[in-house]
Amino acid sequence: VSRAKPEDDEYWNSSKFKAFTFDDDDDEFSRLKESKRAVNSILVDDDDDEEEEDGVERVSWSGEPVGSISWSVKETASSIRSGSEQSFPKIDTTPSLSKQGSGYSLSSLFKGDLYDLSPEETVRRMQKGRAFSLEKFRSLQDKLLLLDEAVAVYDGNLITAVLIYLKKSLSKEILFRELMARDVALRHYVHYLKEMGEQKLLVDVHILLMQYKEHLNIKDEGQRRDFLKSCLGLPFSQDDATHVQDHYTLLERQIIIEASDKKADAEIFKKFPRKASILNMPIITTLYYSCFYHYGESEGTYSSPENIRKTFRISEKQYILTALGARAKLKSWFDVDSLFNTKNWLGYTKKRSPIGFHRVVDILQKNSAPVNVLQEYVNLIDSPELKLSVALKYKCHDIVINTYRDLKDRQELVVYREKLERDSPEYRKIQELLNNVQIRWKN
Amino acid sequence: MAHTEWKDAPGLPDFSLLKRLARDQLIFLLEQLPGKKDLFIDADLMSPLDRIANVTILKQHEVDKLYKVELKPIVSSSDQLCFLIRPRIQTVKWISDLVNADKVAGRFRRYKIIFTPQKFYACETVLEEQGVYGDVTTDEWNFYILPLDDDILSLELPEFFRDNFLEGDQRWVTTAGSALRLLQSVYGSFSKVYGIGRCAKMVYESWRELMEDGEQRTRQPEFAKVFLVDRDVDFVTPLCSQVVYEGLVDDLFRIKCGSVEFGPDVTSSDKSIKVMLNSQDKVFSEIRNEHFSNVFGFLSQKAKNLQTAYDKRRGMDIQQMKAFVADELKGLKQEHRLLSLHIGASESMMKKKTKQDFQELLKTEHSLLEGFEIRECITYIEEHINRQVSMIDSLRLLCLLSITENGLLSKDYRSLKAQYLQSYGIEHLLTFANLRQLGLLEEQQAGETLTVMESKVGKLVNDKTVGKLTDAFSSLAKKSNFRALSKRLALVPKSGEEYDLRVPRDMAYVFSGAYIPLSCKLIEQVLERDGWTGMEEVTRMLNGQEFAVTGLDKEFVCIKLYIMFVSYVKLLNGGVVV
Repeated sequence: VSRAKPEDDEYWNSSKFKAFTFDDDDDEFSRLKESKRAVNSILVDDDDDEEEEDGVERVSWSGEPVGSISWSVKETASSIRSGSEQSFPKIDTTPSLSKQGSGYSLSSLFKGDLYDLSPEETVRRMQKGRAFSLEKFRSLQDKLLLLDEAVAVYDGNLITAVLIYLKKSLSKEILFRELMARDVALRHYVHYLKEMGEQKLLVDVHILLMQYKEHLNIKDEGQRRDFLKSCLGLPFSQDDATHVQDHYTLLERQIIIEASDKKADAEIFKKFPRKASILNMPIITTLYYSCFYHYGESEGTYSSPENIRKTFRISEKQYILTALGARAKLKSWFDVDSLFNTKNWLGYTKKRSPIGFHRVVDILQKNSAPVNVLQEYVNLIDSPELKLSVALKYKCHDIVINTYRDLKDRQELVVYREKLERDSPEYRKIQELLNNVQIRWKN
Repeated sequence: MAHTEWKDAPGLPDFSLLKRLARDQLIFLLEQLPGKKDLFIDADLMSPLDRIANVTILKQHEVDKLYKVELKPIVSSSDQLCFLIRPRIQTVKWISDLVNADKVAGRFRRYKIIFTPQKFYACETVLEEQGVYGDVTTDEWNFYILPLDDDILSLELPEFFRDNFLEGDQRWVTTAGSALRLLQSVYGSFSKVYGIGRCAKMVYESWRELMEDGEQRTRQPEFAKVFLVDRDVDFVTPLCSQVVYEGLVDDLFRIKCGSVEFGPDVTSSDKSIKVMLNSQDKVFSEIRNEHFSNVFGFLSQKAKNLQTAYDKRRGMDIQQMKAFVADELKGLKQEHRLLSLHIGASESMMKKKTKQDFQELLKTEHSLLEGFEIRECITYIEEHINRQVSMIDSLRLLCLLSITENGLLSKDYRSLKAQYLQSYGIEHLLTFANLRQLGLLEEQQAGETLTVMESKVGKLVNDKTVGKLTDAFSSLAKKSNFRALSKRLALVPKSGEEYDLRVPRDMAYVFSGAYIPLSCKLIEQVLERDGWTGMEEVTRMLNGQEFAVTGLDKEFVCIKLYIMFVSYVKLLNGGVVV
């Protein structure tokens, strides 16, 4: 589809975006804040607040409406002393005879009540919730008729019921053979096995993933690491095999780093105590952690950013983004600077960034970088429009002034001057420029 | 929703009837276990139950203490335990363990399990296998429909989507059919049924079967038409960021079962508060469907009015004051409280959606919907992932890209997947597998991967089973044809034209004028044509399965209100992500 590409400007000016342009001194937003103040300041006399009003819900300390179910449950829970937990010993489940005659039972064989019904009729009975017996369907043909009939009425509950019976009365191979030709029944069977935790009976890509999924149930990190190691032999696709390998390697390293950092007494750990353990955190989070606490360490150690970068094949863009975040948080402007230095072929240093410099400025600003540091990076923004808008947003006066000067835009300078403090150097700078007769202003 | 603009429309049916029916049935079941009992409730049944039968009513029927089902050992001294649960194998296993533990300890109790909305055979089998089938009584509480508002009904089955569309399990088809039958028996026959989608068709068939068995009511119908739509007919709409007030509240705070929890930053106090959001909230009902840009102005105006109303007091004498307190004050205080909350919520929205980030997100979404600057969109998504902005939003964007572009290029798929796993955790391998199965996030060629795996797995298994399961599941996912559909139905208005959000000319205002929701457009077209005639091209692109049926009652009142049974779900939250 070829179409004229609207200018970016047009897009930003379109109503789609105006809807969300709220500038700082936008009327609407400040009006809202005022509304809030107005509403909250409406003085309510004491005697107005006497008793309970029907319309207003009473709310308890937990935020739940009093008298609601969740409130009641919480009350009960909190009033119970958390004593010793009872343990559940597993006992042999000897099959108990069904004492109840209520409704239906799949094991009603002993009763001797065999209904002389066809598969269709049996399924109809099942639909109506009446008593039925599947045991009489002993031939494979009958069993399959039963199954097909259940599928024909679309009822997942019945399909699963029949499958439960087939699972007991057919060998695994035969059952699978027949299910291969019956998509709907097969799906129900797979789901049933998953819910019953019997996914080992499945053979296909699903077993790989269900097997891998088990790791989520293992709380102890050492055991989880060992389990992941055992997954390495499974026939995943090439891509997924790499991911599982990474997962194992990552956890293995995290365990080592965690052990050592827990008792570390380096300065940085005292100044910025860790808020959480590094175990089971994603790779990027681990990298951030490493850039924060272990920056500059040699590539040989597991905890160094360089090592993590190489081991997990992290892209330059991702690495710089993460390192920037960490170093900016620590206000290490020098480190931030080095991230962007590259030497060109003559040996001169120049600044380069795989992520736009406006992004860099955003991150620096979020970490309260001083204006002189900010300005340095704002200056590196390529697009003049973007540079100007960022400079305006973050009040980098010098850059704004220089830009307007270069554009020879007198009017804008005048407007901008009014935003500055009377005697500040920037104010005076504008004055000087305005008084400079050699400049040929365009307006 | 919650208001009709047509003066000739009859009022809405009284849905409180449904609540009463459900409550009466529950009470009946509780009384089957006479005497004091402790009640254990499934976590996601607690809110719905509250709407039907609150604590007072339960206590009136000898329910002593209330507990949440937590799959942990219980601490209850009662001799009678009642469990109100959804029919999940895991829960039934837990109950069985509980009963067996009591047996071992020599403790005798009575146990009753109430399954809602119905029992499943698989659950009873577990009871049987665990040897406790004879020790518990089981019942069904056919609570199918919960009215969430004057004109919104819900099945309250969050697992519907995952079970039906991901696992291919049709267990809830008869549930949906039974819900329709219930509506029909209480409110009269429908005159027309339209639908599209595999599940919609099955639900209709199931419903029809149920109706054939029961008696026919011939009272005047209150609904004229029913439209059944499968969720996977339109995945695009729920993937787009919401920009009307109610949508933003949902995006930020999560509306569950018609209510939302506001934290301290909204309530301007140190407490959180749970609030019902429906048309009873006069402030909410006026702003809920408004584009966010209109909300501030409205709230400001309301605040001014409130101030004025309060100020009226100043000049009042005793008589007038009394009247004021008796009649108006309660309403004003109520409005004050609501206004304060919604202003707080709006402020929170402003803070959380820092303007530039949100604008860029919207721009990317709109570009994807329109279909240009796709490379830039991919770059944006990559950065979004790199910055670890939000696990869910990154996935949302990936899925939107995949659906609008009919899958990602193989190199993009692999690269973005790798970066996602790096940023948010490798366990999301599972998430990607699920999304692939649903057709939400795919590669453009899958052939190669399959062969590699087939050859490896071949050693474990006999030839015929290899790949068969994958086939069974991939038949579920449908091919997306969004671009063609979009063109055919004019879903994306021409860019560059001014769009007045205050006086919108079409449905696109819900997405700032960028996109008309596909499913809504479909329904509009079908209702206008009274069927699918002329839409053959469209239905072909949607993989067919459309139907339109005329009912039995010829007399029907022409009303514009219609009920949509969309198997709604918060698509990614809790549905498909690991």
